[in-house]
Amino acid sequence: MSILVIAEHDNSSLKQATLSVVAAAKAIGGDIDVLVAGENCAAVAEAAAKAEGVAKVLVADNAAYGHFLGENLGELVAEVGKGYSHILSSAGTTGKDFMPRVAALLDVAQVSDIIRVESEDTFVRPIYAGNAIATVKASDSIKVVTVRPTGFDPVAAEGGSASVEQIDVVKDAGLSSFVGEQKAESDRPDLASAGIVISGGRGMQNGDNFKMLEQVADLLGAGIGASRAAVDAGFVPNDMQVGQTGKIVAPQLYIAVGISGAIQHLAGMSDSKVIVAINKDEEAPIFQVADYGLVADLFEAVPQLEEELKKAL
Amino acid sequence: MKVLVAVKRVIDYNVKVRVKPDNTGVDLANVKMAMNPFCEIAVEEAVRLKEKGIASEIVVVSIGPKACQEQIRTALALGADRGIHIEADGDVQSLDAAKLLKAVVEKEEPKLVILGKQSIDSDNNQTGQMLAALTGMGQGTFASEVVVDGEKVNVTREVDGGLMTLSLNLPAVVTTDLRLNEPRYASLPNIMKAKKKPLDTMSAADLGVEIASRLTTLKVEAPAGRSAGVKVADVAELVDKLKNEAKVI
Repeated sequence: MSILVIAEHDNSSLKQATLSVVAAAKAIGGDIDVLVAGENCAAVAEAAAKAEGVAKVLVADNAAYGHFLGENLGELVAEVGKGYSHILSSAGTTGKDFMPRVAALLDVAQVSDIIRVESEDTFVRPIYAGNAIATVKASDSIKVVTVRPTGFDPVAAEGGSASVEQIDVVKDAGLSSFVGEQKAESDRPDLASAGIVISGGRGMQNGDNFKMLEQVADLLGAGIGASRAAVDAGFVPNDMQVGQTGKIVAPQLYIAVGISGAIQHLAGMSDSKVIVAINKDEEAPIFQVADYGLVADLFEAVPQLEEELKKAL
Repeated sequence: MKVLVAVKRVIDYNVKVRVKPDNTGVDLANVKMAMNPFCEIAVEEAVRLKEKGIASEIVVVSIGPKACQEQIRTALALGADRGIHIEADGDVQSLDAAKLLKAVVEKEEPKLVILGKQSIDSDNNQTGQMLAALTGMGQGTFASEVVVDGEKVNVTREVDGGLMTLSLNLPAVVTTDLRLNEPRYASLPNIMKAKKKPLDTMSAADLGVEIASRLTTLKVEAPAGRSAGVKVADVAELVDKLKNEAKVI
């Protein structure tokens, strides 16, 4: 078997999610090649070559791939990937965008968002917003699979020495062009890869009150998230949303503040190692999954938490 | 311009999902069904384009058993003009759904196809992208804003770390994310009127598509539950436990 992993990156650095996808590839077994498609992305290729377990890195460096347009990546990956038994990418927004195009162009099914590998053709994935877990067997000759990074412990980023090979496949479908982007400006760690995440829910009452969480997050080096209720209420932008319809996180420590614990939120964070819940409603479902629960008014508890952390750290 | 919207009948999002005791799937007997929430957003977006004078006709299509005509009627009550029901019993997987929709696109020749980014039952997030690839169209996935400008459409997408705006040639496929709009409710007079709007029924065979299951679900289980831990008395005890017991700070 031979597996092609599509690297997730921003043209300058390799996203850690890719290391989790390589881990999923190792669980399938076989030779693992990594395709780095981007523009001026040599540093990414270098990083991918060092990842544990990678045999070969293929680099498609062209302006057509600079913004990861789904039409162009779809054609490229379908062309490069047709010689492999498996094509894997992270189930981030880039992978979700181009991978179904790859599957359609190859006339095969896609298995989305796997959290476990049972065998070379059988995978485990959540359905119904994480309320059910399905074991799915794929019968096509090429398996196109997206991987939920939190389902797999990343392979080591250093120690490998894969060869790096430039490939000269330029696919510019000419269907779409990049207009602009708005990056969420933040010095804080990215939610998906943060070791600690603190999230606020509807109980925060408004967006300004999230500043309280920022102060605690700064002490802990934590990322800041929110429940869908807080996003729907307009407190914070959607890219902070943790849950089935937002980001899936699995940090060492997850602190849920003023979050009741709707199933759709739990689907996004219940794989966290340690969960803390602060909520004034002792009946809130979040306490059923929390390792440590504190029944308290968050407007008193969060400032106290900040003070106690200053003493403890 | 003509807009095609695809909608799916799924379990109502308010219903508690229960896995069948024999682990063959989720129990859907006597469960309330509804239009997939992301599809409602797709219908709403099309209706808004019509209200702005950009869309001239909205065709709504659904694939599934006869009962999914209910969801087509809902879309007609919300403002779609005409319905197409592709009758299919059993499991229609994303690639086959995309092939069926491609056949409809070839017949109807819409300028814009709007779909939900995923359905809340299978959570695949595939059909829109597959349809775009099969028809050779560009795609604006996870849209939070759609602006039609002559022969182009600008789509702002919700991506990891922020927003990204693309310009797509028309015809194009757009898949909706949560914040694109807030769907309206159908009024009673519109629900009555929707009953008289045209609804065509066809089969996969009529469209020349053979349904083939490529993915087999071997079992469906309830997720492993997390058990509740301890309640702490105050913040000081919490910080102490995190530092000395869990050792995570």
